Amino acid sequence: MLSRLKAKVGSVLLPGDEFCLDTTGADTISLAGPSKANKVVCGPGLRRSGDRLLVYKSGLLRHKEPNMFWMDAQHKRYVPAKGETVIGIVTSKSGDVFKVDIGGSEQASLSYLAFEGATKRNRPNVQVGDLLFAQLIVANKDMEAELVCVDSAGRANGMGVFGAGGLLFRVSLGLARRLLAPQSDLRAELEQLFPCEMVVGMNGRLWVKSTGVQRTLVLANLLESCENLTPVQRRQLFGKLAQGAL
Amino acid sequence: MKETPLSNCERDFLLKAIQEKKRLDGRQTYDYRKLKIMFGTDFGCCFVELGKTRVMAQVSCELVAPKENRPNEGIMFFNIELSPMASPAFEQGRQSELSVKLNRQLERCLRNSKCIDLESLCVVSGEKVWQIRVDVHMLNHDGNLMDAASITAIASLCHFRRPDVGIQGDEVTVYSPDERDPIPLSIYHMPISVSFAFFQQGTYLLVDPCEREERVMDGLLMIAMNKHREICSIQSSGGIMLLKEQVMRCSKIASVKVSEITKLIMKALENDKTARKAGGKCGFAESMPQERITALKKDETAVEMTDVTERANDIVLNAEVPPQTSQSLLVPLPGMGQVGKDLQNSWGIEEYYQDEEEAFNSDEDKQTMMEVGEKQKVHDVVEISDSEEDEVVILQPEATDRAHKKTSSSSHLKEPAKSKKRHRK
Repeated sequence: MLSRLKAKVGSVLLPGDEFCLDTTGADTISLAGPSKANKVVCGPGLRRSGDRLLVYKSGLLRHKEPNMFWMDAQHKRYVPAKGETVIGIVTSKSGDVFKVDIGGSEQASLSYLAFEGATKRNRPNVQVGDLLFAQLIVANKDMEAELVCVDSAGRANGMGVFGAGGLLFRVSLGLARRLLAPQSDLRAELEQLFPCEMVVGMNGRLWVKSTGVQRTLVLANLLESCENLTPVQRRQLFGKLAQGAL
Repeated sequence: MKETPLSNCERDFLLKAIQEKKRLDGRQTYDYRKLKIMFGTDFGCCFVELGKTRVMAQVSCELVAPKENRPNEGIMFFNIELSPMASPAFEQGRQSELSVKLNRQLERCLRNSKCIDLESLCVVSGEKVWQIRVDVHMLNHDGNLMDAASITAIASLCHFRRPDVGIQGDEVTVYSPDERDPIPLSIYHMPISVSFAFFQQGTYLLVDPCEREERVMDGLLMIAMNKHREICSIQSSGGIMLLKEQVMRCSKIASVKVSEITKLIMKALENDKTARKAGGKCGFAESMPQERITALKKDETAVEMTDVTERANDIVLNAEVPPQTSQSLLVPLPGMGQVGKDLQNSWGIEEYYQDEEEAFNSDEDKQTMMEVGEKQKVHDVVEISDSEEDEVVILQPEATDRAHKKTSSSSHLKEPAKSKKRHRK
């Protein structure tokens, strides 16, 4: 099973492809020593169903030692997942909750009290159409998604209303994840270019703000095209920008 | 499904950018987006791409009885369909306001201007005339549907061929395309509409607004003109008040644009004709550029950079095969920046992801580590919970050690998430 998966690493798989779990395969039976059960850890895009391993996202199969596999997909449609920080747009205020659009199939709800320092008397200053950076605490297919703008200790930690003066645009989910990765080359190179503020939502929404409309537009266009550039091209492009624009 | 609401910050930014004469995609105030016209294998089938807005039109004909008050004229029928494919805001079946407006404008533009000789469509006066039906389908909505629809409609009408008809005394024979060549419609002139979007009560104007600009505009002026500088139809919506000079200026701009677009349509028709005569393949399949399923490609964007003398023009190799029957309307400005247009596979084989792989891997690591801590299975495969939303959890970026310990993985969790996981069983 493990060997079969390994054989397919790096190839394109489509939803519906499956791997049969084979308990009598050569992987699991070893005559020499004690047989250890081979665990395969499924990441996003792979799911176990009965006695098979199903692929449900199209993409490349990736592998990390010793036994983790996942589907690397470049999707644009966001499916809410718990714990992700997203950028939402407030669509309505009703009663005690805001309705926020996060790009998923349904709108998410956000309570008035889920802000730092908010009490029943002290309501947060949020208008319809404002941008919010929030975290999903409930996100499954059976319930309405819920957001909070405060972390477990009650502090805002960067979340909340923002957005005056910048530009919001959409990128693919893969690019947003790349920007958020801890050692991100892309982010490091961007920092060299010009001073800017950037908020990355895992729902594929990006907000940038820089000194002046011109630079903000340049940044937005750069990020949108970074999806299709190889690292070499990107460095060239950034290099030219750094010389020419500043 | 409702479309994404426009946030206040986007609206403010767009208005501010327009005040500084900057557009999102780097165009100038009077620039059109890249226009591509393609024809299909059937006569009368035309496909137009204006930037990302895509429209398709199909012309068909039928012999019917004429209208009573016009016994020797043919009938023209226009229909614009806004399919949900174009935008999540369009609903199937419902006649929305926009759809009524577009239909009405297209009718006024093409029918009232008498661009087609209807009397030539008469077969037997009072009994049989040709009814020409133009169906326009919106395939993608990225702003300025009206212009795209009018270009598509007139191009497909010019492309269309109707069956030849022979009359012997009382007998009328309709010849099939195999027996006799079908004949084109007689078109007097080609009216094309040009849209102007106005902002800040008429202070700023933009030609060919894209979808975001359309959402923040105050009003829209649509001028339909032909290349002989005759105005066929003019419509102002949104309730803005325009000065006489503004309208005159718009009509001058429109005449320039219309002549360019008319030239492009004629060229596309020419190309299609030569392709068909030469027996070569023609049609959509040929004119779509070859795209790999695993590659993402983007059209070039002109990004204005301050004080840039050399632009990023030669970085990306232009490897796209140009469509047979089309050509971009605007000559790219010298030194137009070109980003992202390449055949490079974004799935990459190893080289693309080499420097990102580590970062990405460590990201994915933490997600599944958390899942491992949850489930206990004696089987080969560690199952993650059925709900797919569970999988992706981004924890604080810390280095994790890869030993499989439930406790260590759960120690990385934030407090509420952890408690919630325990509750849900």
